[in-house]
Amino acid sequence: MLEAQFTKKLWHFTLGFDIQAGNQIVVLWGPSGAGKTTILHCLAGLTDPSEGYIKLDDHMLYSSQKNINLPARLRHTGYLFQDYALFPHMTVRQNILYGLKNQKKSRLKKIDPLEMLDSFGIRHLIDRYPRHLSGGEKQRVALARALLVQPRLLLLDEPFNALDRSTRINLRKELKSLQEQWGIPFLLVTHDEEDAQALGDVIISLDQGQIMERTYLQ
Amino acid sequence: MYFHLNDWYPVLLSLKVACIAVIAVGCIGIPVARLMAREEFPGKDVVEALITLPLVLPPSVIGYGLLRIIGNKGLLGNALSSMGISIIFTWWAVVLAATVVSFPLMYQSAKAAFKSVDLNYEKAARTLGASEAKIFFTITLPLAWPGLIAGLVLSFARAIGEFGATLMVAGNIPGQTQTIPLAIYFAVEAGDDATAQTLVAIVTIFSFLLIFWVNRWTKTQDYQE
Repeated sequence: MLEAQFTKKLWHFTLGFDIQAGNQIVVLWGPSGAGKTTILHCLAGLTDPSEGYIKLDDHMLYSSQKNINLPARLRHTGYLFQDYALFPHMTVRQNILYGLKNQKKSRLKKIDPLEMLDSFGIRHLIDRYPRHLSGGEKQRVALARALLVQPRLLLLDEPFNALDRSTRINLRKELKSLQEQWGIPFLLVTHDEEDAQALGDVIISLDQGQIMERTYLQ
Repeated sequence: MYFHLNDWYPVLLSLKVACIAVIAVGCIGIPVARLMAREEFPGKDVVEALITLPLVLPPSVIGYGLLRIIGNKGLLGNALSSMGISIIFTWWAVVLAATVVSFPLMYQSAKAAFKSVDLNYEKAARTLGASEAKIFFTITLPLAWPGLIAGLVLSFARAIGEFGATLMVAGNIPGQTQTIPLAIYFAVEAGDDATAQTLVAIVTIFSFLLIFWVNRWTKTQDYQE
């Protein structure tokens, strides 16, 4: 369960955002420059909001009032970057296992990384470097890497951007079933209305840093 | 034209000095460059200009400045001589001169190398739970490595070639502070062409091989498509 309300002063406007998301896919939809990525950065702890709070499963991640600001590494929020940000000097295996060593063992349920790679259909790529992967393959690796550390929230920044149409439609289905399987909130940023409609349980439209509309599709 | 070298001391001294200078320049330059590439603080532009200054100053100005610092009447020189240490006109002064003149080269290469590392990799590592130290050693440093190596090699070459400041703070004492460039200069002055030619050939061939190797190696380190 994600609960947040915060503002962030940017040079051209002040971003205002609030959300309550349970076990569902929330889509942030809006034109580029609306502040979508900044919202994800605030939630993940990569940027500090100006004011407000962020709460995830009873853990306060950020609160300007109580002076709490948990660093990104302790927030347990998975983040799928727009360009995937796979470490170019590491193989798929090293990329995927990178986060695992940073986690407390007691927190993690037992998941076999190899089984996970199997379920993503990328086990055969395990010894390759990112530069030898296609866009779709990179994305699966990035997803597997983000999920393997068992986040309590998954943030996805324009996951469809670099993909062709048939890959996009497949990925939509996969994300739906992944979300059901993991039972954590997915917060997904897109500027594409079709992707938003097809995926979102809730669609939040943004413009100029303000929430214009909330649409509940379920 | 024939080659002849009576005294190998300048070659050995130059190598020794350049190695120590490169270690010093790397140990100071890499953290400073990392700081300057990523952090913002008041007065940063002034610090930046001061760091780069030795690159554009005449070597004699640097030499004079160092004399005023480590000379017997200098700030540091005074403190050291009260402890019975004097580094002026010793091979440590040669090291100091080489370090000061090669530092800006290391700094600039390292800063460019750190800036070229996509911030998203560090952010991704952060969301995967990595500490800042782990991120530096497993992500930033390996990705900046080719630029850092280039900086170290440039610094090494600059340290080997240092002439003006060295002459001022260390003099030209054969068997003590005489490096290759000094030996070449004074061999030519004394009309000893064989020695000059030999040293010139050694430096030229060595520098060529070094740069050739770095260029080749850099190619194999390219992670992009």
